[in-house]
Amino acid sequence: MNSLADQLLVLCLLINFAVLGTSRLAFSVRCVAVQGVLLGTLPALVHPFSWHVSFIVVSIILVKGGLIPILIIRAIKKAEIEREFSPFIGYIPSLVLGALFTSLAFIFAAKLPLSPEHEGLLIVPAAAATLMSGFLVLMGRRKAISQVLGYLLMENGIFLFGLLLADAMPVMVEAGALLDLLVGIFVMGIVINHISREFSSIDTSRLSALREE
Amino acid sequence: MMWALVLLPLLGAALSWLVPDNRRRVWVLPVFSLAQLGVSAALLVHTPPPSPAGWIWLDPLGKLVLMANSVLFTICSLYAVGYLSYRLKRPNRILCASLLVCLSATSLVVISQHLGLLWIALEATTLTMAPLIYFNHNARSIEATWKYLLICSVGIAIALLGLFFLAYSTIVAKQEVSLLLPTLIRDAAALHPGWRHAAFIFLLVGFGSKMGLAPLHTWKPDAYGEAPGLVGALLAGGLVNCALLALLRVYQVAVASTEGALFQQVLLTMGLVSMAFAAVFMARQSDFKRMLAYSSVEHVGIIAVALGLGKGALFAGLLHMINNSLTKGVLFLSCGNIHRAFNSKSTQFVRGALRRTPWSAALFLAAFLAITGSPPFAPFVSEFLIVSSAFGQGNHWTGALFLLFLALIFIGMASTVLPVVLGELPPDLERTRYRDAVPTVVPPLLLMGLVLVLGLWIPSPLQDLLHEAAQLLGGEA
Repeated sequence: MNSLADQLLVLCLLINFAVLGTSRLAFSVRCVAVQGVLLGTLPALVHPFSWHVSFIVVSIILVKGGLIPILIIRAIKKAEIEREFSPFIGYIPSLVLGALFTSLAFIFAAKLPLSPEHEGLLIVPAAAATLMSGFLVLMGRRKAISQVLGYLLMENGIFLFGLLLADAMPVMVEAGALLDLLVGIFVMGIVINHISREFSSIDTSRLSALREE
Repeated sequence: MMWALVLLPLLGAALSWLVPDNRRRVWVLPVFSLAQLGVSAALLVHTPPPSPAGWIWLDPLGKLVLMANSVLFTICSLYAVGYLSYRLKRPNRILCASLLVCLSATSLVVISQHLGLLWIALEATTLTMAPLIYFNHNARSIEATWKYLLICSVGIAIALLGLFFLAYSTIVAKQEVSLLLPTLIRDAAALHPGWRHAAFIFLLVGFGSKMGLAPLHTWKPDAYGEAPGLVGALLAGGLVNCALLALLRVYQVAVASTEGALFQQVLLTMGLVSMAFAAVFMARQSDFKRMLAYSSVEHVGIIAVALGLGKGALFAGLLHMINNSLTKGVLFLSCGNIHRAFNSKSTQFVRGALRRTPWSAALFLAAFLAITGSPPFAPFVSEFLIVSSAFGQGNHWTGALFLLFLALIFIGMASTVLPVVLGELPPDLERTRYRDAVPTVVPPLLLMGLVLVLGLWIPSPLQDLLHEAAQLLGGEA
């Protein structure tokens, strides 16, 4: 682990706050994309060079930094929306909760029984904080696109934790998981498109026809 | 040979995408599912050895799930030919292709011995089901699809984190880092307890939400209610088994470690809670497809209770998995027929179905009796074995609660099913052109026959297989 990797992780934590605090959807898509690219470069910094690692790095940067943002931006354009107003959890409370979760993540990570070579690393607290931020966005927003972004943040957090176990995750598994994520976002994009056509909005709080009488 | 299970349906999916005609495309489904059934049967008889790296193998647990899924999928694909001929105006290219990709993904779940690979395949089944639930393209089905996608994707992401924890527990314990099932089972007792414990909880939540164990079942009534009957049958009879198999893999590791008893206790509680939820929500349910979703919650609960009891109940739990698949197939397919014939799935408009669709209504009634555990049908046998095993272990509270919930669910389900099937047709009934016909009645009839036969006689190869599989889970021989 080196200081460059640590700086990237700090940047990732800052991006969480940017996503939590903004109402502009296009901006948050870009934030999540940048975070994906930063995370994608991390394996190259923490592991020695190998074809396996380079393949993973290139494909993550392409998928998380290129394909997924393009899919989401297209869904936004088709649905003709720019901002998210009145989320379930406001922007200021989101930021406060995000700060709380991040500090808890650091306290929590310090207490975890980590393997000696992983102690004191930023990876674990960054993973936990990103995961929690993602969950917050997922639960706290009305718009389907914001919920997808929350899901992506969660996925980024999980990916960060996965950095600790590069040996256990063969290249096929990593590639498969990435492909699943890409297809998942693709399907979600199509569904969002249909939601906006059907309800002339992508406000998921309108999805309330199905319930128990 | 093993890869044929995965590749054959994919080939079929590509072919169905290329066929331009709506009417002819449907025939790709039975052709490829029958081929798949043939390959499965051949693999059950002559099982090849594990692949060199140990990733791919068909163990007894996998065989059981493969058998149940192949039979159910074949029946559903035969039914699809008849069903889709009524719905030719709606393009079925995406439906046919997704069904076959889904079959391929479920086969991959069955044969993978590497938990990472299994996770990928399970996530793929989630994704391919989304377009199927959305087949009707209306506001209600899109809502169901969105809830399903979001809840299952998040659930399965949590399961991935659980897998990472499990892998990390091998690192902390300085074991060989691996997610291969045999290695994990071998080292289970030596893994770091804290991380292993966290892993079990995350995996239970993740796979539990995909399986629909209460309180993680909230997507189920919507998805089952809005998807076509044929898709509902595959969700409730096929995908449930895949999620269950993933959970069984975790169970294998758990019983090999020191905290098997705790894991079983949690499963037992979740199972009983699922049955309680089902009992509460099934009463006064006016939408008979949503009612089936709660029945599914009940039956994953029953299987979880059996897993929680362990020992002799494991055999019964695995048998119940098969019985549940077959019976759910009949329920959803006959229900789909009644839905089409009345153009409604509300008990307000659907009454006296025996007069309009006698075969489907009779099948629905018979399957209702079967799924609620009436003799002589197969679910009676497995449920009886679970109850007697609970009392036999001295776990009287579990046994008593189990029986109480079964009784409540029987009453709740009867109050919906009986008015739908019996009585007079409502006077102001909508005219529809759908009636019972050979292609849509014979497939569920075949399944119902299987449910009856399994209730009277379990063939000895199946019995042996169930015993072998139960032994893998730490049950008695």
